[in-house]
Amino acid sequence: MTAVDQSLPVPVKREQSRAWRKMKRNRSALFGLCIVAFFALLALAAPLLPIPDPVATSWSAIRKAPSAAHWLGTDDLGRDILARMIWGARASLMAGVFSVAIAVCIGVPFGLVAGYFGGWVDMVISRVTEALLAMPFLIMAIALAAFLGPSLTNAMIAIGVSATPLFIRLSRGQVLAVKTEDYVEGARAVGLNHVEIMTRYILPNIVAPIIVQATLTIATAIIAEASLSFLGLGQQPPSPSWGSMLNVAKNFLSQAPWMAMWPGAAIFLVVIGFNLLGDGLRDALDPREA
Amino acid sequence: MPVYIGKRLLVAIPTLLIISIFVFSLQKLLPGDPILAMAGEERDPATLEFLRAKYHLNDPIILQYFAWLGGILVGDFGISLRTNQPVLELIGQKLPVTIQLAVMAMFFAMVIGIPIGILAAVKKNTWIDYVANIVALTGLSIPNFWLGIMLILLVSVKLGWLPASGYESIFVDPVRSLQTMVMPAFVLGNALAATLMRHTRSAMVGVMSADYIRTARAKGLSPREIILSHSFRNALLPVVTLLALLFGELLAGAVLTEQIFTIPGFGKMTVDAVFNRDYAVVQGIVLCTAVGFILMNLLADVAYVLLNPRLRATL
Amino acid sequence: MKRMTRLTSTLLAGVLLAFPALSSELRIGLNDDADVLDPAQSRTFVGRIVYTAMCDKLVDISQDMKIVPQLATEWAWSEGGKVLTMKLRQGVKFHDETPFNAEAVVYTIQRNMTLPESRRKSELSSVEKVEASGEYEVKFTLKSPDVTLLAQLSDRAGAIVSPKAAKELGANFGSHPVCAGPFKFVERIQQDRIVLEKFADYWDKDKVLVDKVTYLPIPDTTVKLANLRSGDLDIAERISPSDAESVKNDPALTYADVIGPGYMAMYVNIANGARADNPLGKDKRLRQAFSLAIDREAISQIVFEGTAMAGNQPFPPSSPWFDKDIPVPARDIEKAKQLMKEAGHETLDIELQHANNTTQTQMMQVIQSMVAEAGFNVTLKATEFATLLDEQTRGNYQISRSDWSGRIDPDGNIHQFITCKGGINDVKYCNPEVDKLLNEARTSTDEAVRKHNYDAAAAILNDDMPIIYLGHQPYAYAISKKVSGFAPSPDGMIRLLGVAKK
Repeated sequence: MTAVDQSLPVPVKREQSRAWRKMKRNRSALFGLCIVAFFALLALAAPLLPIPDPVATSWSAIRKAPSAAHWLGTDDLGRDILARMIWGARASLMAGVFSVAIAVCIGVPFGLVAGYFGGWVDMVISRVTEALLAMPFLIMAIALAAFLGPSLTNAMIAIGVSATPLFIRLSRGQVLAVKTEDYVEGARAVGLNHVEIMTRYILPNIVAPIIVQATLTIATAIIAEASLSFLGLGQQPPSPSWGSMLNVAKNFLSQAPWMAMWPGAAIFLVVIGFNLLGDGLRDALDPREA
Repeated sequence: MPVYIGKRLLVAIPTLLIISIFVFSLQKLLPGDPILAMAGEERDPATLEFLRAKYHLNDPIILQYFAWLGGILVGDFGISLRTNQPVLELIGQKLPVTIQLAVMAMFFAMVIGIPIGILAAVKKNTWIDYVANIVALTGLSIPNFWLGIMLILLVSVKLGWLPASGYESIFVDPVRSLQTMVMPAFVLGNALAATLMRHTRSAMVGVMSADYIRTARAKGLSPREIILSHSFRNALLPVVTLLALLFGELLAGAVLTEQIFTIPGFGKMTVDAVFNRDYAVVQGIVLCTAVGFILMNLLADVAYVLLNPRLRATL
Repeated sequence: MKRMTRLTSTLLAGVLLAFPALSSELRIGLNDDADVLDPAQSRTFVGRIVYTAMCDKLVDISQDMKIVPQLATEWAWSEGGKVLTMKLRQGVKFHDETPFNAEAVVYTIQRNMTLPESRRKSELSSVEKVEASGEYEVKFTLKSPDVTLLAQLSDRAGAIVSPKAAKELGANFGSHPVCAGPFKFVERIQQDRIVLEKFADYWDKDKVLVDKVTYLPIPDTTVKLANLRSGDLDIAERISPSDAESVKNDPALTYADVIGPGYMAMYVNIANGARADNPLGKDKRLRQAFSLAIDREAISQIVFEGTAMAGNQPFPPSSPWFDKDIPVPARDIEKAKQLMKEAGHETLDIELQHANNTTQTQMMQVIQSMVAEAGFNVTLKATEFATLLDEQTRGNYQISRSDWSGRIDPDGNIHQFITCKGGINDVKYCNPEVDKLLNEARTSTDEAVRKHNYDAAAAILNDDMPIIYLGHQPYAYAISKKVSGFAPSPDGMIRLLGVAKK
């Protein structure tokens, strides 16, 4: 076993450190990382922060503009918007990360299998993928979310499933590019079985573009969750998510514009953070530019 | 070329069949009884039973599928449970609206995206490039629907410049038609502008480092001539294909945009139909969009081949 | 030349000012899109609004909720309430110029009763037969006395359609409806607009002061108001309560509202399937506690800005049918807790389903936090309306929150929900005594007897509490100052006779 490993060095380690060096020089990517980290920390620290209960209603403080008592104002039930924003960060980030995780976990194996084996397996998987890709992402997510019933979990599943074909196609294409490489041929020649070749020789070498795509898809998924919640198909009351806050806010646009401003701005910031990070990762992991 | 197109169309058939199965199974997937929703406050069992039979909801699912598929092959997409209108007629009514929206959005995307993309490529790694990148990222990251409600709040409610909603056919009242569509088209187009800009930039950067541009420069052609006549034409290639592909994205994006601006197009019809469990309508729309998407893909590939003389020779 | 033009334009302007009705178009923003425009098949509230302008009915409802003549000029009950004879208006024409007569009425009623797609069958279920007893007289013979029939005939079931058009189009009548109302159908583009124009031969045409009516479905309240302010709309229907204040402060707009005949309620699953098997469904003390924990007045203030009316019965406190001996209860947490204790519960977990629109969601969150103080841990389950109806019918709920748009006859607000065999009795409450009271009330033509029976039933229901009534929804309108002669009707319809636009 060790002999095989030595004779077939998989060029992954060196690649990683080089990528990290490039990444560190990329200021906008670091900026993106900071935004994402900031919101992630907020989301994680939500229970520890000295903020009001996000679902505590107060009939005497309905739709109050931002003030010293409520920095970002209050909503239609007198709840503190800052607290809801922070707890909402949990829902939104979770939705982004989990739905992409679902898409990666289903999509990559299928893509691997399709690309690696080719033939009729590839044929079937590719046709189904194409069919799924032909259906507009949001329409599919809406239909799936309606089918599963409105809840944050179901919205995540709906978005994840809708994003799956993207990862099938991507990983399949990457496998096709990699599978004729010498080290894969070598692994095959020494008689490793398919699963081992796929997981130990192919997967590590196609992981970079998948990470890039995943980061960028998190951005899309966060917007998708907000869209579903905006249509009433995502996070359910009284728990907050940025999209569901916007859904309520649209009824009070002229009376309480702050209700709509903050969640929108937060979505925008997080999404731009993930986009910057994804761009940075792409540049850093791109083997063409040294 | 015809052979190539024919081959592509042939491959599309199994894909379309798979799509039709997906689309059809939506009916079994969505919860809630459409007949009950249709009947409303009337609960006469005989009426409910009649309606179920009328829409073939009692037949085995396989039979329903083939009946539906057979209908589509002869142009019968069924009728809307909600308004009794034939789905095909509805689609015919809504499609022009969404196409107008899409075309105007595409216009915005091109007008904003392509020039900025070229500029960013020419001024690569200067502050102009960075600013352009930030503008593009902003476009990509702003949630469409949020931008929409903010614009309504600002432009319609506060300033009163443009109508907040509605639609007028461009053939009936062109001025009003444009007025009502400007905001939604901008909202829909800005995200595409970002994508377009980034692709234009990278395509231009790629082309400008190519040998023939260096030659042109060596020959003493002015930068303007180089950019316009040489680089741009070649950079156009990936951009054109992208345009066709983005069309699918436009249709999906139209869902929320139309919802917010109350535009009676495809997207609004889709959401309403899903919520009303108007199956025939949902199925008809999704199928049409999917077919449209496949056709646009084909078009993109054909355009790619036609615009690329080297590829053309191989066919 | 220049002077000439100026003169002409001044003249033209003068003419326009003198005859404002020359080409006046009234644009009305509706909350939702109507469904099929056939009175026999339609089921949406906004559809009814359109019929109010397009289709005259045998009888109409006045501002004080009384039944008044429309196509029928007078009527009489005979044979112990089993026969209703109606005299019809003469000289009335349908939009296709065919004459209106007894034959048309008989045809329409029979169509409503027999068309397989008809949604009017329950409303006309008491009718045994309908026949023409003269050129302008019809006779309804009933299976058993039913005083609620007149109220049914004041709505879609009594909207008379042109037999010629209905025969031609059959179930497809909705594609081009032909009735006898003040406005006739021009075109409809789904989710966009419904256009009607003045019918020149309307029997009461002097009161028709606009030439064209366009209905535009605009669900979003901000968008609706923006359109009203910019002049793209003249009347906006069911504006959001939170907008009432700004409409009142706008010098170009008028605000008007009225409490509708309907109610907002929570249905407790009493005996509908396995999910009824829970403490709340079994023990009325818990239901009473739940009800007592709710501050109905506060809901009206918080969610409806005071425009709704708090209530505890199927009829609003302003209605003559409201039982004054059972006043709307004040919130009483102590008593609620005590009832909980008597029933053997410190706390109780309950799942409550509601439609996922924002007003409902807001309201349910208010209730959730109110009843929490009495020990109810409510989980909210927001579902789309289509699913909500389905779950409610199948009994897959503990508490289900939905609205009833209300009927002019008290029977329509109570009988079918609570009698053992009631068509919409989704809580599956069954009490022979209540059945007896309500059935009697349905057949008696004596108002005092009816009132007595409804009061007696209300007392029982207030104790058993299968349905927890919360209040009565308002119909709020924002109207451009250019419009004159509009008054909100208590049934939420938009009546256009006498409405003019400057």
